[in-house]
This record gives sequence, structure tokens and C-alpha cells, in this order.
Amino acid sequence: MKEFNIRKVLSLLVTVCSICLGVIWLIPLVWLVGTALTETSFHMTLLPTTPFTFENIKYVWNAIPFAQYYINTLTLVVVTFAIQFFTSTLAGYAMAFYNFPGQALIFVIIFMQIIIPNDVLIIPNFMTLSEMGLIDSKLGVMFPFLGSAMAIFLLRQHFKTVPRAFGEAARIDGANLWQTIWRVYMPCAKPAYMSFAVISVSYHWNNYLWPLIVTKSPTNRTLTVGLAIFAKSKEADMQWANVCAATLIIIAPLLLAFFVMQKQFMNSFVSAGVKE
Amino acid sequence: MKKLLTLALALVLCLTALLAVAEEPLNLTMYFPVNVGGSAAQLIDSMTNEFNTQNPDINVQAVYTGNYDDTVTAIQTAIQGGNPPDLFVSLATQRFTMADTKMAMPLDELIAADPEGQAFVDDFIDGFMLDSYVEGAIYSIPFQRSTMVMFYNKDAFAEVGLDPEAPPTNWTELVDYAKKLTNENRYGVAIALNSGSAQWAFTGFSLQNCTNGVGLMSADGKEVYFNTPENVEALQLWLDLQNEHKVMAPGIVQWTDMPTQFLAGEVAMIYHTTGNLTNIKNNADFDFGVAFLPAGKQWGAPTGGGNFYITNGISEERQQAAWKYIKFMCSTENAAQWSIDTGYVATRNSCYETEVLKEYYASFPQALVAYDQLQYAQPELTTYNAAEMWRILNDNIQAAVIGEMTAEEALQTAQEQGDDLLFDYQ
Amino acid sequence: MARITTAAQRRRKEIATAYMLLAPALLVMLVFTVYPVLRSVFLSMTKYRMGMEAPEWIWFSNFQRLAGNSTFWKVMRNTVAFALMTVIPSMVLGLGLAMLVNREGRHIGFIRTAYFYPSVMPMIAIASIWMFIYMAGNGLFDQMLIKLGGQSMNVLSDKDKVLPAMAVMYVWREAGYLMVFFLSGLQSINGDVLEAASIDGATGWKTFRHITLPLLAPTTLFVSTVAFTNCFKLADHVIIMTEGAPNNASTLLLYYIYQQGFTNMNYGVSSALTVIMLAMLLVVSLPRFFSEDRKIHYA
Repeated sequence: MKEFNIRKVLSLLVTVCSICLGVIWLIPLVWLVGTALTETSFHMTLLPTTPFTFENIKYVWNAIPFAQYYINTLTLVVVTFAIQFFTSTLAGYAMAFYNFPGQALIFVIIFMQIIIPNDVLIIPNFMTLSEMGLIDSKLGVMFPFLGSAMAIFLLRQHFKTVPRAFGEAARIDGANLWQTIWRVYMPCAKPAYMSFAVISVSYHWNNYLWPLIVTKSPTNRTLTVGLAIFAKSKEADMQWANVCAATLIIIAPLLLAFFVMQKQFMNSFVSAGVKE
Repeated sequence: MKKLLTLALALVLCLTALLAVAEEPLNLTMYFPVNVGGSAAQLIDSMTNEFNTQNPDINVQAVYTGNYDDTVTAIQTAIQGGNPPDLFVSLATQRFTMADTKMAMPLDELIAADPEGQAFVDDFIDGFMLDSYVEGAIYSIPFQRSTMVMFYNKDAFAEVGLDPEAPPTNWTELVDYAKKLTNENRYGVAIALNSGSAQWAFTGFSLQNCTNGVGLMSADGKEVYFNTPENVEALQLWLDLQNEHKVMAPGIVQWTDMPTQFLAGEVAMIYHTTGNLTNIKNNADFDFGVAFLPAGKQWGAPTGGGNFYITNGISEERQQAAWKYIKFMCSTENAAQWSIDTGYVATRNSCYETEVLKEYYASFPQALVAYDQLQYAQPELTTYNAAEMWRILNDNIQAAVIGEMTAEEALQTAQEQGDDLLFDYQ
Repeated sequence: MARITTAAQRRRKEIATAYMLLAPALLVMLVFTVYPVLRSVFLSMTKYRMGMEAPEWIWFSNFQRLAGNSTFWKVMRNTVAFALMTVIPSMVLGLGLAMLVNREGRHIGFIRTAYFYPSVMPMIAIASIWMFIYMAGNGLFDQMLIKLGGQSMNVLSDKDKVLPAMAVMYVWREAGYLMVFFLSGLQSINGDVLEAASIDGATGWKTFRHITLPLLAPTTLFVSTVAFTNCFKLADHVIIMTEGAPNNASTLLLYYIYQQGFTNMNYGVSSALTVIMLAMLLVVSLPRFFSEDRKIHYA
């Protein structure tokens, strides 16, 4: 009886503790949303003290071509993922079922990409991109990511778990290679594709350094680059409300998606193990 | 057969469409920074639209590229990346680098070929035109030019018994007044010390204290004089304001935070750009004044801001169009209106003859201070490899401010690093 | 006409198919991962800056100059210090959070969400917000200090406090991310083992110390390499918050590479720095390389 009580108390303690920490973790977000959606004031406060308003959002939406940046970022995210989907599926299939000379070397290349974040190679990649004439183009922003080692590896692991008999049965039915991959393997690897989608989309939505270097004009600039230009520009009038509003505009979609599908998000990051 | 005919027809149509496209206006791209509050970026857009309407054969796209540092990086990477803008606004101080690396072209031929060219150039205020030359050639045209002035809170002056119409005129008064103005909730004075700002204010203090009229560098951009006793004294004044008199916030105050602090009444006097005049005028809920920077041995202030450059290697047709655009943006009327809308200093002598500017100064005399101060102003720190040189001076000033080094050590280190950087050019 | 295929022909066709499937991804990886690594190594031994037509071979001079440059050593110290200040606390905290939320319950989903949400925000958005939290005087952090009877600190301009301040921000972001790995590690531990331990009379701490922690060792190893890699590749927040101020007290290696490469346009030196960065990444990734290598062979 006594032990039962101790357990109950302990459990309660853990709950209280985790809730308190959760509240602390939420402070920056609460401040951000509160400041973005209330009238500006000279005095910064954790909880809003001024009346509710959409003025800040309206102001930054008009001051920065956010609509254009939204379209750019969406295009980048969708097209990058679509191409990655295609290239990684093929490569993942090859790595799963074929034996060929040079396979070990390709594994080394895959691991190279997994351990070297793209941001580290900005200097040589910028030079390569210049030589290709792709500076200030959307293709230039996407190019280094079109062959994703993480996705290849993830899909390979999933394809391998599909019983070989499934694939052979399809071949006997007259399906060619593409049809086999399309009808048999891809449906089986759905969870892997989901994880990979979540990670690819959130990585490219949030990426900053590479698009900063590659993009020049507003027709290519991403949301993150637009936000940074705004936050760093010497805008002087009570800037935190405006910066908060701009920040809210760019984080809202991904954050909402996360709140709706938090389990899927977290599992994705675990199963892929890396942020690309 | 019918199909073939249709196809042929379609082809012809496509070709015609292509040719029509080829006759579209000449598209130019311009990069520009904005370093002040308010809506200067939108103003440039609307001026550019006006130009495009007046010149249907040319279409300039103005691209806002962030603050000055970001813009310098954006221009450099765009040019290196083989996708350069046709013209750009960048710091006047970038001219040596722009010429040295052949990123920008000398404008002398364009000026000579234009019947109004020489008169146009001669009309610019000498103080601004000074930092357009590299080895005798003109590389840039003054545009969004500013100088540093002191903004002060008249209400605060009155509150502590100082005459609101008599701002400090020298360093001694600066310290005295700042002491009186400082209280629990307010600092007396503020100078921005973040990277990219410290060197600007320091140019001013250096000019105020120097003995031979030479502040931080030689006019040809090949030598720096950071470690002179006068400059050490100037830096020491900053340190004293912070540590000994405690009238300036310790550590590094950001350039961007300062106007907000001033408007919130948290600091009584700030060293800031005239480009912020309109912002402060619109937002201050107290009476404010604009004054010359307090003198040391003499008056002195830095000029700063951005000039127009034309990218090297673009076609002659594009050069002509770019030149036309620059002349439009810097026309007497536009330069005057630009000054009124932003607080930047009007760059041409003829601007001051226009009715709009005369009226503006009559209604808002604070704006005239910057112009009057120009006679004492000189260009800010400008050398070859300017971005790196700025960084050297900024870093070492910060080292002194955070107590890593004394003023003397810091400027000595800056001198050594600066000499090293310019070694190839001497 | 019947086609006769020999085993050798079939084999050749198989290899061709494999490479055809691999080609698109492989090409991108060769151009943007392998080639840039080699190119960095080459450029690191050249003098190559803005305005020069071609790189000029100078052997190890860039590295020698860096070795004699006090700013470089400051940057290296900062990078290592920042890694230690963030990786260890965020791992400990990540594990702690994972243990707090390794339960069922209606509120658990909400709490996990609260811990994890910073990970789906871009670093530059986080930096933009925290810059105001840390703003001198008026910022939330300084206000809190003043309310508690202390003095305004202006942490971002203090050479000793700027890195720890940024580390707090980064731990806030990273702990929730690492939490999910530990959570999955914890959930894969067989409940029977823990039950058996508790029947044997092992108390909470003992169970944790002798059973949970050892069973989590592979997860911990993996998480540590992820955490180090993520930490080394940080530059966004420096660009936004300080630009390396005061006097490079907050300059991290990747920011230094960016600055040398794109502001000073000195490709030689920035390539030398890139090579150093690659070496550091290799060192922290070695454990992971081996563990994943095993997975491949036994998968």
C-alpha cells in the first residue's frame, strides 16, 4: 500500500516536472506569437500588454515580397523532393538488389555525403555552380541535394525487407523493371518515403546558408533568406514586433504541420537518423 | 498534308513571337542596399518605376539586397558567379576593391561622351565626389550619401537643467552633459560599436582629434594610420565614457537598436546617420534636436553611404542605359526629393536651389545641420580590401571595448594587421 | 530468331542496369560531394583570392599562416568550446526529457510536442527571436535579471558570455531533437528486463545505471556523432546575432569559412579552413561509420 503511494507521488512529480519544462520550452514561441500579433511598444514584455492587431503582419507582408518568397520556397521544396524521390528510388533499388564492381566505393561516397553536411562545402560548391552558370537560379539551389545519400540508404534498407518472391512473381507476370519497382517495392516502402518526405521538406524549408549564397534576386530568394535580410537590415522602428511577425509568417506552415502530425515527424527523424 | 501545313504555320507563329520578344525593352538589373529605417527600399522601387515608364526601351529591375555588408557580399558573389547585376549601389568605400578586382568600370569615357556629363559630375558636392576616384579615374557616382550627426533629446536636456538649444560642442562638454543626463533609467550618450558600425563613428572621432587633417588612412587607400597618439586618445575617450564616467552603456550597443533606445528615452544623445532623420521625426514623442558632432581639436565628421557603380564587362548598350538610369536617379529634382523622403543628404549643389528643398529646410531646420556640417566632413575608412580592413579595425576596437586590450594595444594590433593586408599594394 | 545469352552477357547487362539506375543520384553526389572535397584539398594549397586569374600553388603556406594567426586559434577554441557546451548538455537533457516522456497518457503528446517544436524551426528564425531575448537592457533576459535584483548583462557583447548564451539557445533547440532518438532507444529496451531488475530489488537509480544506460550505449554513440556534426555546421545564428562580435569571441569555424570566402573573397584560405573542418567531421563521425558499416553487412 505504501509503495503504491510512493509510486503515485513519483508519477505525479514526473508529470509536474515535465509540464513545467514544457512551459519553459514554449516561452520563446509564446513571446513570438504574442509580440507579432499585438501593437508595438517600446517596452518588451513576455506576455502582450497592448491590443491585438494584424498590423505587423500586414506591414511586413507588404514590406517584403513574402508571397513571391513563399512561391519560391514551395517550388524548391516540392521539386527537390520529387527529383530526390525518383533518383533515390532507383539508386536505392540498385544498392539493394544488384551486385556490381565498385559497390563498396559507392557505399563510401554515400557515407561521405552523410557525414559531410552540404553547408561545409559552400566554397567549392559555389565555384562549381558558378562554372555551370547556375548562380541565382532555383536549379542551383536544388542541385547539390538531388542525390540524397540518406534517402538512398533508407530506401535500400526498406527494399531489402521486401521478400524477393514478390518481385520475382511480378517479373513472371511480365512486369518490366520499372513496373516491378513501381508496383511492388514502392508501396512496401511507404513509411520510408513518408520519413524521407518529412525530413526533406523540413530541411529545405529551413535551409539558409546555401540559398543565401546562391540566390540574388527576389525571383529566386527563399523565405529564410528574405527573413534574414529583413532581420539584419537596419530597419529602425521598434523592430522586434516586425521581425516577430516576419518570423511567424515563415515558420507557421511547418510548425502547424508538425503540431498536427507530431508523431509522424518525430518518427521520421528517428528512422532517418539525420537531417539529411 | 493539312497537318504539315498547320505545323509550319505554328512554327512561323512561334518564330514571330520570339522575334517580338527580342524587341522587348533592354532589361537591366540593379542591386541596392538600405541601411536606414523607414521605407527607403520602396522609394527606390517607385523611382525606378518612374524611370521605366519614361524610358520604354529600358527596364531596370531594382533588387534590394539587404544592408551594406550583405550587399557587398551579394555583389561579389554575383560577379564571381558569372551572373552580375548591370549596375549597383554599394559603399563608396568599396571603390578601391571594385577597381582593383575589375568588378566595376571607370566611368570617365561615359562622362566624356555625354554632352552634359562633365556638368553633371561637377555639380556634386566636393565632399561626396572625393570618394569616387581611384587613381584619378571616376568609379562611382554619389547617391545615398549620409553623414553622422548627433540626435539629442531636448526634453531630457530641459529636465536636467541644460539648455535644450545648446547641444555639446566639444568633447569636454560631451562628457559633462552626458554625466548630467545619465540616471537610473537613461544613459547620457550612445555610439554603435558593432561590426560594421564602429569604424564609422571612429572615423569622426579621429578627424576631430587629428593634427594634420589626416584621420585613419591616406587618400590613395594604400596606407592606414591607426596607431597615432591622437587616435589612441580618441579611442580612450570611448572607453572612458563607458568605464570611467559610466555615461555610455558598457559593451557593444547595436547600430540597429540605437534609434529605438533613443525613441524610448533610454539614451539622451546618439551618434547616428542623417539617413535616420525621417524615422526619428516620425516616431519621436518628445522634442529632439540635431547637432554637429562635438568637436575635439576641430570639427569633424565622417561621410558614408552608397554610390552607383557600373559593372565591368557589360555591353556598351547596357552601359549607356545604366548611365541614363544613374543620371535620372541623381537628377537635381530626384536627389532633392530623395533627401527629403529619407534624410540622406542631397548630393548636388543645384538641389539646394530647388523650391522643394528650400521649403523643406524652412519647415524642418534640423535637416540642414547635416549639410552645414559637410564642410568639416571627410570620407570614412577606405582602403584596398576595404571589407577586410573594416573588420580589422572593428575587431580591435571591440577588443578594447570588452577589455581584452588597452586602447593603445588595440590600435597597434590593428595597425600591424592593416599594414600586412596592404603590403601587396605599397 | 532465338537469342543466345551467355552468363557473361547477362552479368554485363546486370552491371549496366545497376549503373543506369544509380547514374542520376551518383552523378550529383560525385559533382557536389566528392569533387568539392578534392577541390578543397587542392585549393587549400594555393593562393587564390579575388581578382586573381588562376590559383597559384604554394604548398602548405595557407596552413602555416593560419597556425601563426591568433584569430584562427580563437575561432578553433570557440568551435570546440561551443561544441562541448552544447553537445554534452543537450545529450544529457535529451536523455532526461526522453525519460520524462517515456510514458503513455493524454498530455504526453503535448509535452513531447513542446520539447520538439524548436527542431522544425529554421535556425535563423530562432536566432532572430533570441537576438531580442538577449538584447541589451530591454531584452527579456536582461529584464529578468533586473527583476531578480541583478544588472543588465548585454550577454551578446560580452566575450565570456556570448558563447554560453548562444549555447543555451542551441541546447533549447537541440535537446528535443536528440530526445526522440533516446526515446526510441528507451522504447526498444525490453520491458521484461526492467521488470526482472525491479523484482530483484534494484532501485530506480541502480536500474538506470546498470541496465538502461548500458543498453542505450549504441543510441548514445550515434546521437553523439549527430550532435557534433550538427554543431559544427552552424553558422546561421552567428550571421544573424553577432557577426562574430565582440572581437571574434563568437566566430565559429563555418562562419569564418563563409567570411573568408565570400566577404574577403579569399578562396585559398577558406579552402584550407574547409579542409580542417572536414578533418574534424571525420573524427567525430568515425564511431558512426563503424557502427553503420556493421549494419550494412548484417542487414
